[in-house]
Amino acid sequence: MRSVRALAVAALCWLSAYDVSLAETPKSGGILRMYHRDSPGSASIHEGASYSFNVPFMPIFNNLVIFNQHIPQNSVDTIVPELAESWAWSDDKKKLTFKLRNGVKWHDGKSFTSADVKCTFDLLMGKSQQKFRQNPRKSWYDQVNDVTINGDYEASFNLKRPQPALLSLLASGYSPIYPCHVSPAEMRTKPIGTGPFKFVEFKANESIKLTKNPDYFRKGLPYLDGIEFTIVPNRSTAILGFVSGKFDMTFPTEVSIPLLKDVKSQAPNAICVVEPSNVATNIIINSSAPPFDNLDVRRALALALDRKAFISILFEGQADIGGTMQPAQAGLWAMPKEMLETIPGYGPDVNANREQARKLMQKAGYGPDKHLQIKVSTRNIPIYRDPAIILIDQLKTIYIDAELDVVDTAQWFPKVARKDYSLGLNLTGNAVDEPDQSFYENYSCDSERNYTNYCNREIEKLFDLQSSETDPEKRKKLVWEIDKKLQEDVARPIILHSRTGTCWQPYVKNVTVMSNSSYNGYRYEDVWMDK
Amino acid sequence: MLAYIVRRLFLMLVTLFGISVIIFVLLRIVPGNIVDILFDAAGYVDPADKANLEKELGLSDPIVIQYLKWIGGLLHGDLGYSYVSEKPALQEILPRIPITARLAGLALLFSASIGIPLGVLSAVHQGTRLDYALRVVSLSGLSLPSFWLGLLILMASVSMLGWMPIYNPNPQTWAEAFAIYCIPAMAVGFRSAALTMRITRSSMLEILRQDYIRTARAKGASDASVNYHHALKNAVLPVITVIGIEAAFLIGGLIVTETVFNIPGVARFLVEALRWRDYPIVQNLVMFIAVVVVVVNFTVDMLYAAIDPRIRYGD
Repeated sequence: MRSVRALAVAALCWLSAYDVSLAETPKSGGILRMYHRDSPGSASIHEGASYSFNVPFMPIFNNLVIFNQHIPQNSVDTIVPELAESWAWSDDKKKLTFKLRNGVKWHDGKSFTSADVKCTFDLLMGKSQQKFRQNPRKSWYDQVNDVTINGDYEASFNLKRPQPALLSLLASGYSPIYPCHVSPAEMRTKPIGTGPFKFVEFKANESIKLTKNPDYFRKGLPYLDGIEFTIVPNRSTAILGFVSGKFDMTFPTEVSIPLLKDVKSQAPNAICVVEPSNVATNIIINSSAPPFDNLDVRRALALALDRKAFISILFEGQADIGGTMQPAQAGLWAMPKEMLETIPGYGPDVNANREQARKLMQKAGYGPDKHLQIKVSTRNIPIYRDPAIILIDQLKTIYIDAELDVVDTAQWFPKVARKDYSLGLNLTGNAVDEPDQSFYENYSCDSERNYTNYCNREIEKLFDLQSSETDPEKRKKLVWEIDKKLQEDVARPIILHSRTGTCWQPYVKNVTVMSNSSYNGYRYEDVWMDK
Repeated sequence: MLAYIVRRLFLMLVTLFGISVIIFVLLRIVPGNIVDILFDAAGYVDPADKANLEKELGLSDPIVIQYLKWIGGLLHGDLGYSYVSEKPALQEILPRIPITARLAGLALLFSASIGIPLGVLSAVHQGTRLDYALRVVSLSGLSLPSFWLGLLILMASVSMLGWMPIYNPNPQTWAEAFAIYCIPAMAVGFRSAALTMRITRSSMLEILRQDYIRTARAKGASDASVNYHHALKNAVLPVITVIGIEAAFLIGGLIVTETVFNIPGVARFLVEALRWRDYPIVQNLVMFIAVVVVVVNFTVDMLYAAIDPRIRYGD
């Protein structure tokens, strides 16, 4: 029943999206030229954990289902079929069955079947003989027992317990279907997909080229003849390139708020949108060693934060305050403001919060005559370094003298893994605005991506409870409760949720920037150019 | 002369061997390796997966074995595979060499064709307004960082011409082809030209005070003949040395220019490979740069003898 409703909603969404196209008849042809902010490590989306992979390679693939590419806010109600024609949950909500599309071809001419679906998820679950070099989202499928197939065009996910979030995870840009007949190694260098664009070449540090797939199963699409990404790591050069018309579009969500002003002043006709990116700037705390093994010191830290100051300095006011889940309006699971402000450190009176923090510090043995000396570690990248400097300044107000410790990227994870830090300034991007992804990945005791090793078995029980809850309203209330507890536990204090800009030339049509994820909106099958 | 060349060639081999050891050891001393970075990019660390990958890439072998494998491969023309792109290192490195060589060559050409004549002019007109003006130009050339100059050029082209001379592998017009190489070459060659100009000027000033120059003038030789035939030929030796050093520097030292103008050359690639700890790329590229430096030095030494008949090697 739910799937029928979702399909109806999806159909409406598609219709509304095509209103724009109807107003302006799409034209076929042209190469969309974009710059890419860096050279991704490989072409394999499943092995990456950055949208540097998704943007250039998502157009090569299809998922079983996908978030509607023209509705900015991803939610379970905006999921539409892709390689699947339809889906249905079993009555006990422990089996999700997909009817697959017939007649879809891989870019090398072979036929797509249910075996490819099984292969992909066996690889992701570590059940296949072949292995990925890295498998960062293995935990997404922890509740999947196995994937079974029934003939060539039906595949089922058999779950250990109900997990309504699974459909959203499958709709992410991180969940493409890979072909059985191509090895993971080949997928890193010459990916084969079923998507609207075929891979042409990837020259490291130079360019990535895609060309139109004439046999795409959606007849008449894509409109573009190809997409070319020029890798331009220097942001000034990249923006100048866009302003001069060398690029049709900036790298998505890569234009910072101050840069946006430059773009608008130099290219007044450019279309620019600013959207939340579901990336949270946060503090990781080593609570296994002094001084942050003391809950009072951790709470003092949370109380010392002046989030508005961070937002006004770094984002000229254009960022949001929230807990773990992305704040409203774009975020689907955000706590109500009244609830958020009851959490220590989130109250509007910063001076009162800091007064309370100083008392906690004095209780822990620190004061005006005895400051706590620590280091704030972070990566040597401006988006990490800049908030770390503001944090250091704010910590001075509660008797903490902190020193900036910039760490080379190669050393960041080994350093965090061996707990060689007190405080770290970190950025966490969420691929899907979905509590299962955020809670399990970042706060679950056994998660490989829980860098701080925060572990609270009681909260973990709540994770499972919300994850298996099939009533959306009840689930939302549970999520708020969990998020509040995580903030009160000072598990990983969230400073802010950023917003970023994306710009394109006025002749580029049908681009939609997602508002609660930076990972899911790059299929580009119906993007066209009026030129 | 032949004995000298043989001795120099032998010394070149010893130098290159020493460099290969230094590169190899230094790379392993730097904390972190490709596996750390790949897992960093994937956002998690799994010790078992990490160990498997280290084994797969040969990073768990003893360091001496790793070195011998590299040198053995190098001697057979096998440069190994890039850890990142998983393509043969040679296939990754080769296409980038002509790009950097072209840029460096044009920068040197610009440097010599501007620096030497202006240096001579400055020396010949010592103490005049022209001399002061040229000295100001040369000092500014030495003071302006090339990345700043590059960005300035880009900004000026965008705001004044609405066009930008960044790299395009398939330029549409001759003007574009000219611009994408010559403008960056001028940006980087400006500093080099200033240096060449100052060296030429000081060297010329010294020569112009020699007795044989006075004799030439006394014999009635024209200014042009004295300045360009008698003086410049003798003043050019230190200039050649400087150009030689600049040539060697430019092969690996164009990182900023290649980044600003987005040129996919050797220098930018090297820095990126270093960031990824892509040992096969870094080792082989640094060895390539070392070979270029050693060969350029050798060529410059040989040129001395050709230009100045008083210099004889091997006696």
